[in-house]
Amino acid sequence: MAYGQKIIDHYEKPRNVGNFGASGDVKQRKDIGVGLVGAPECGDVMQLQIKVNQDSGVIEDARFKCFGCGSAIASSSLATEWLKGRTLDDGLAIRNTEIVEELQLPPVKIHCSVLAEDAIKAAIADYKAKNGLAAKASASA
Amino acid sequence: MRLPIYLDHAATTPCDPRVVEAMLPCFTENFGNPGSRNHGFGWRAEEVVDLAREQVASLLGADRKEIIFTSGSTESNNLAIKGGAYMYARAPQGSAGRGHIISCAIEHKAVLDPCKRLQKEGFDVTLLEPPRDGIVTREMVERELRDDTILVTIMWANNEMGTINEVPEIGALCHDRGIVFHTDATQWVGKMPTDVNRDNVDLLSLSGHKIYGPKGVGALYVRRRKPRIRVQAISEGGGQERGFRSGTLNVPGIVGLGAACEICQREMDAERERLLTLRRRLEEGITSRLDTTQINGDRDRRLPNIANISYGFVEGESLMMALKEIAMSSGSACTSASLEPSYVLKAIGIGDDLAHSSLRMSLGRWTTQQEIDYAIDATVRAVSKLRELSPLYDMHKEGIDITKIEWQAH
Repeated sequence: MAYGQKIIDHYEKPRNVGNFGASGDVKQRKDIGVGLVGAPECGDVMQLQIKVNQDSGVIEDARFKCFGCGSAIASSSLATEWLKGRTLDDGLAIRNTEIVEELQLPPVKIHCSVLAEDAIKAAIADYKAKNGLAAKASASA
Repeated sequence: MRLPIYLDHAATTPCDPRVVEAMLPCFTENFGNPGSRNHGFGWRAEEVVDLAREQVASLLGADRKEIIFTSGSTESNNLAIKGGAYMYARAPQGSAGRGHIISCAIEHKAVLDPCKRLQKEGFDVTLLEPPRDGIVTREMVERELRDDTILVTIMWANNEMGTINEVPEIGALCHDRGIVFHTDATQWVGKMPTDVNRDNVDLLSLSGHKIYGPKGVGALYVRRRKPRIRVQAISEGGGQERGFRSGTLNVPGIVGLGAACEICQREMDAERERLLTLRRRLEEGITSRLDTTQINGDRDRRLPNIANISYGFVEGESLMMALKEIAMSSGSACTSASLEPSYVLKAIGIGDDLAHSSLRMSLGRWTTQQEIDYAIDATVRAVSKLRELSPLYDMHKEGIDITKIEWQAH
């Protein structure tokens, strides 16, 4: 399968790889939201962490790790770039179709963008839950 | 060393230049139709086809009258399985209970799909599920035999793992019970010594392009004595190939197949040793430098040229992307366009997570030690890089059992 130039760029030079510490510590920290979506048996797992300025509600930093194909890696790398500097609500406004368009994902890879959107939602929901801003968080680690 | 490196010889092989050399005259000077019985053009074409038939038969320990030329293994499998089932059916078309067929879940689609077709047409099909070592044994077949079993079809060697099934033993069992035995020997033939009489095979499929011959040509061996096996023709017409397979013979292809068989037979023993040494170097090189890897299929009962390795916590497609200078395969070529992990690895009980993380490298006649060393280094580098990215590898290192997490399957 031939990949588009933007996918290859993100795949070869992934942005913002990593996390904000050991999983146990991150879980305790109220300024960090974690989203873990996908499943190993489906061939994709994305972990997205956001660090939020608790006064302004702006996402100051974002990190990812991804088990998945090149498109999944590129989608999550792009998501971290787009999240930085956004408010939580602006973050939630990111749609998978924008990721598809930006990376020019082929139809068989659209699920990668859906997963990235899910990871964003999960990370923000986790942050909100930790800070009593919303009732429930979905998947978290 | 030239890049990219080709390590996908189980998918197809380049033509040996000696094969091309033998084929060339058949396109221009010796272009006759072997079916033309009344002039020299036809006779000369028939002569080279006869020689090729002898070369193929010789590689199999068969008689040349037992070789039917086809377009490749897929057609040979269809002719053997469907043609065999129709010929030995217990009840006429349109009724149920037409007979029982035994095959195996890790066969190639070119066997599984004809079996599925027969199932729809009133035959019963049992698919064996081999254990983790991937080997289909005589005992497994024996357990499923029924009074109305008419056909057993088990591949000689598996195309994804290279594992070798107990073909001579299964053949002996079938002969004892008077059941027709077919084997898809596409990956086996040309690499391993074959004798259809010693090995108790009734029907055997082979393909030209897996053994350094051209694409679009193959053969079906059909036993003529002890017992005489018959199959019903699938394609009908001019009655070529003793009526088993109508259609003007593909003379250049057939001549190429014959030449390819002769070269394989002559060079087999030395080549097998050479490939084994390289494969051992490849597997040891990779598994000694990376943790959490696993070689799939029985370690010993395997073809010498296939290495199927799972890399824990790394996804196969992204690994292939990192190894773009090496041509290889995740799953078999026919299925690698889909997002499904290998059904073969799943069938032998390798979890979906590892099945997604498996790559097959298959070595060939011109694979060099330098290429193997490049492949080892590139693989180790790529897996290490992707593990840096992998949340699953982090969890593994933190001692979290990822099979215990409740994943949100999507």
